[in-house]
Amino acid sequence: MSEITNVSPATEAPFSQRLKSFMINYSVTILFVIIGVFGAWISGLPVFFLVNELLTRITRNSFLVLSLLIPVLAGMGLNFSITIGAMAGQIAIVLVTHWGIGGFPGFMLAVAIAAPFAIFFGILTGRLLNKTRGQEMIASMITGFFANGIYQFIFLFALGTLIPFKDEKMMMSGGVGIRNTVDLSGDTGIKYALDGLVKWPFFYVLAAGCALGIIFFVQKLYLNKTIHLTDGDRRKGIFNMILCGLGVAVSIWIMFSPTLPMQVAMMKNLKLPVITSLAIIGLCIFNVIIVRTKLGQDFRTVGQDQHIAQVAGIHVDKVRIIAITISMVLASWGQIIFLQNMSVLNTYGSHVQIGMFSVAALLIGGASVSRATVGQAILGVILFHTLFIVSPKAGQVMFGDAQIGEFFRAFVAYGVIGVSLGLHAVRKVHAAKKE
Amino acid sequence: MAEYTLQMNNIVKEYYGNRVLKGVSLKVKPGEIHALLGENGAGKSTLMNILFGMPVIHSTGGFEGEVLINDKPVLVKSPKEAMEQGIGMVHQEFMLVPGFTLTENIKLNREITKPNLVSTVFRNKNLETLDKAQMDKDARTALDKLGMNIDEWVKVQGLPVGHMQFIEIAREIDKLGIKLLVFDEPTAVLTESEAGNLIEAMQKLAATGISILFITHRLDEVMQAAQNITILRDGELVATRPVEETNVLELAELMVGRKVEVTQKEESNEDSILNKTVLSIKNLHVAMPGEEVKGIDLEIHQGEILGIGGLAGQGKIGIANGICGMYPSSGDVKLNGSPMKLNDTRYALQNGMSFVSEDRRGVGLLLDSSIEDNIVVTTMQIKGGFLKKFGPFTQADFPHIREHALKMIEDLDIRCTGPTQPTRRLSGGNQQKVCVARALTLEPDVLFVSEPTRGIDIGAKKLVLDLLVKLNKELGMTVIITSSELAELRAVCDRIAIVTEGKIEGILKPDAHDRDFGLMMAGEYHKVMKKSGEAIS
Amino acid sequence: MNEAIRDFTKKVGIPRLIISLFFIFLCFSSISLGLPFASLSSDTLRRFGMNGILVLAMIPSIQSGLGPNFGLPLGIICGILGSVLAIELGLVGAAGFWGAIIIAMPFAIGIGIAYGIMLNKIKGSEMLVATYTGFSIVSFMSIVWILIPLKHPEMVWPIGRGLRVTIALDSTFGNILNDFLRIDIGKFSIPTGLLLFFFAMCALIWIFNRSRMGIAMKASGDNPKFAIASGIDVDFYRIIGSVMSTTLASVGIIVYAQSYGFVQLYQAPLMMAFPAVAAVLIGGASARKAKISHVIIGTFLFQGLLTVALPVANEAIKVGNLSEVLRMIVQNGIILYALTKVGGES
Repeated sequence: MSEITNVSPATEAPFSQRLKSFMINYSVTILFVIIGVFGAWISGLPVFFLVNELLTRITRNSFLVLSLLIPVLAGMGLNFSITIGAMAGQIAIVLVTHWGIGGFPGFMLAVAIAAPFAIFFGILTGRLLNKTRGQEMIASMITGFFANGIYQFIFLFALGTLIPFKDEKMMMSGGVGIRNTVDLSGDTGIKYALDGLVKWPFFYVLAAGCALGIIFFVQKLYLNKTIHLTDGDRRKGIFNMILCGLGVAVSIWIMFSPTLPMQVAMMKNLKLPVITSLAIIGLCIFNVIIVRTKLGQDFRTVGQDQHIAQVAGIHVDKVRIIAITISMVLASWGQIIFLQNMSVLNTYGSHVQIGMFSVAALLIGGASVSRATVGQAILGVILFHTLFIVSPKAGQVMFGDAQIGEFFRAFVAYGVIGVSLGLHAVRKVHAAKKE
Repeated sequence: MAEYTLQMNNIVKEYYGNRVLKGVSLKVKPGEIHALLGENGAGKSTLMNILFGMPVIHSTGGFEGEVLINDKPVLVKSPKEAMEQGIGMVHQEFMLVPGFTLTENIKLNREITKPNLVSTVFRNKNLETLDKAQMDKDARTALDKLGMNIDEWVKVQGLPVGHMQFIEIAREIDKLGIKLLVFDEPTAVLTESEAGNLIEAMQKLAATGISILFITHRLDEVMQAAQNITILRDGELVATRPVEETNVLELAELMVGRKVEVTQKEESNEDSILNKTVLSIKNLHVAMPGEEVKGIDLEIHQGEILGIGGLAGQGKIGIANGICGMYPSSGDVKLNGSPMKLNDTRYALQNGMSFVSEDRRGVGLLLDSSIEDNIVVTTMQIKGGFLKKFGPFTQADFPHIREHALKMIEDLDIRCTGPTQPTRRLSGGNQQKVCVARALTLEPDVLFVSEPTRGIDIGAKKLVLDLLVKLNKELGMTVIITSSELAELRAVCDRIAIVTEGKIEGILKPDAHDRDFGLMMAGEYHKVMKKSGEAIS
Repeated sequence: MNEAIRDFTKKVGIPRLIISLFFIFLCFSSISLGLPFASLSSDTLRRFGMNGILVLAMIPSIQSGLGPNFGLPLGIICGILGSVLAIELGLVGAAGFWGAIIIAMPFAIGIGIAYGIMLNKIKGSEMLVATYTGFSIVSFMSIVWILIPLKHPEMVWPIGRGLRVTIALDSTFGNILNDFLRIDIGKFSIPTGLLLFFFAMCALIWIFNRSRMGIAMKASGDNPKFAIASGIDVDFYRIIGSVMSTTLASVGIIVYAQSYGFVQLYQAPLMMAFPAVAAVLIGGASARKAKISHVIIGTFLFQGLLTVALPVANEAIKVGNLSEVLRMIVQNGIILYALTKVGGES
């Protein structure tokens, strides 16, 4: 029999072509690195301040951005409706604060209470998105607005009237509705409930973490026999190892070098909230591991082709609902983490921009509507928040108006999403034409 | 071992009073390769849908007759049950996920998993870890059985079509207990050498005891690969033959021959052959997905009714679509002697051509607009008709539109509540008449009609065909009818061109021998002619 | 009888039915609660007239197949630009109003063409990308409003840079239409000029729909494949739809501003597409089909609902902005409902 000889499409495109496609796919990311560095330089903000702010924001926001990954995997695009998950988290916080349970116990209680709410919202949203197949992203956005309307109705009008609720500290003077801001500090609040548990000097932790990382990648690349690795996998592994190596080197230099400029030396004092970071790392690991389960494979199959999945016997609708529900629960916990760091609950505002900003961050990290990884999420958070921090001051320096910096920030966030969505849409049209 | 892997006895199936299977029987032994032959509409797909327990069968009243697997009667009510009974199907349209590896595709929704901590705690199988090593091994086994040397961890995307076919097969044979494998037109998309590989693979599989049922129209493959052949026609079992007792010619004749009701067409159009050529087509290529045209030469005579026939997917539909600019085409086309622009629908319509698409509801109608609006819209846009002009501004001339619509409704006998009725509400036949009315309002010289009687009841069929004949006789309009129903073409056309594999296999007179039609549609005509060295009378 | 009710419900759609019934209920409540019906009706009429053209802008967009115009802010920005430049040029009264429209026109046409070209490349994802295009441009223009070198004292901050957030129109063209031919019956006031202008715009669109171009545009939106088979250039007509929608939006915001008495800059146009989309949907349109009657009915219902709801609710619960919350629920609810219909089809 004329055998079907070894076709190896695994022989990849030449380096120049790979470089070109890398540049195109990551063009937004590269642009942001440039803007970020430029903005940081021109704003004249002290390095210590910048890194400190950045660290705070990363530990505050990463969990939320990571909750976006699973719906992308399942082919549902960018889940703008994590706003609803955030609302679930806020409901829990209101209850916990009302009952006067503060600190870490209060935090855990909020986590426990938020979950059933988030699951309920997730199932409803999932069913709605199944009905709006093909337009999931705009549907999730509008659902977020809609849910916000209901949330406002409950929190502004129903509490105290239709739903009996009495709390002098939290409610407005008329006895109806929650105040615009709820203070989460003090004994009854969850301020720093998670952050405050354990704090270690950042660069020690970074060094340790990177060292562990090197060991992990060495194991994956050289000691592992069962899983097949493509050249691309190998390259990524080596790149990650180098990154970790740099991390170790920089950390050791900062912590131990005797001759450091003042600004840099101050960074020795940077403290990292350990438990929060572990939670974030835990979520990263979760996102990676779930792909290796049957459920994860179902997500991927549905994400690749709903029709084929259906024909193969997968309950496509159910799988999609599960994906959104998981995202919702993670978002609710992410919002609780966010707020325990902010220490103030902006009752009618905290959750509103969360959806859009998290999506923008993810896209800036190089993710797209059809593909998002943990690394892209973390990178995106770093770049997005760098821009956030430096824009007002940079605007002040360049144009004499901090406002311009803020508008620029919003323009960039919306623009990134718009461009990413636009490119995805163009690719979709091309793919349909080819069939 | 069972005597017969598959027995289907006296299968009868009706769709809303229309009998599509009239008592068909089929028997396949273990390890046998059995071919299923027939034209479109012969009932092959329906028979396979019954075998697979497709929902469409059971939601329309089920079927009569019995199905036995390994000599035991079964009632298969879903594709899943079919799989459990050991029936596998390799579809014509590949069900492969391009972004997945071969292993992942072979194991789609049948992944092997190992329990882990979380899955045991929550007692949920879905949370178990994928056992990639074992899956790779299974995939490797299946691929090796087919003689495929490709690494199982490679992504499907970008592989040649022939390979994809084999991956589909690998997926089916990986399923435990596969007894019968059905191939639906497997070589349709393959090159000659790939087709050869496939047939070898089928023979290898059959040798291991798996029965193979393959649906095709390629007669030489049937003779090469099959041991037994079943021929269906119009829902009836025409014949079952062992391969050694038949030949290509006989098969062709059995496939096509029928009692043809030729409504005696007058001999009047004999002289149309001497008329001038209105449309001269050379080397036409049309990229219409599923109906590609790969180089056609055709001279269409003024005033004739030309039929274009052939099996589905062979390209006949592509011709009209290509000339009228609906799909990208290339070639040398001359209209009345002067070169004609291709890929420009507007040009075609402005130069005396008009067409009725095969996709009545998708392309032919604005379903939520009224009958009168549908009838006039094309003429309004192409020729500026039915408009009142006020300098640079225009307004639709509603009284004129109404008047014309009423005339059309009467002339074509369109059954409706009035010219303002939305076309969505009309029956198939009347919708078709609206499409024809729209095409006629353009007052064309050349009219292309594709699948004019598809989905229309018998009474209306005759009306539509008679109308086309009338237009041709009374107005001298050149009519080109593309249809899968050979009988219709033979009833009304002056000449019939048969399209196979994107090319014209030949042009026949309506009263030519059944066998010739069958051979042309199977693409065998020229091969047989060459072999015999003389015309078969 | 039952079947007739069921058919009616199916045709009208449950959300629309709920909204209409709710509105009727609120009207009765307001009368029984003794609220000033005359001023409420006047308010409703005024809000109906001032929002109408923005909702009308949805018609060319939906009919040409672009779906509801979530990129309405683009046209609104053109209108704002026109107004601001008209004021800078010192035009007042009717000259100011018409001047704003005329100045805005070339911007609207240009942006409409560019927008249409972009939408042609992303068929199937228009709604989503349009939304973010709108958001981005509004944010970008916010920067422009700060940097733009205009000098008119009523527009510019006395100290500091850039235009004010809201610019009062008292001295220029505020209320110019509303007061034109206004009819006052006691407390009940009919802004005749406003209504006439709105209906005149509706008439223009109606006439266009009966013209050759209008019919071609509608065919493109109804069934692009059919249109191509009739020799109609679908992409061209989609651009026409985009230009018309953007131009109507620019006119619409000028009419809105003169009735409101203020031109609102910066972030104000950000979410202005949604109420307009919701209004036309409430009136009976879908993402693929819309008629002028849908605009009129929908705007009236939506604005009426919001006008009457607040005082009625305040009788029950004496708290702030229930109207705003109600708007969020009704508006987004109806858009969501329309999306489920689109999703079902695809």
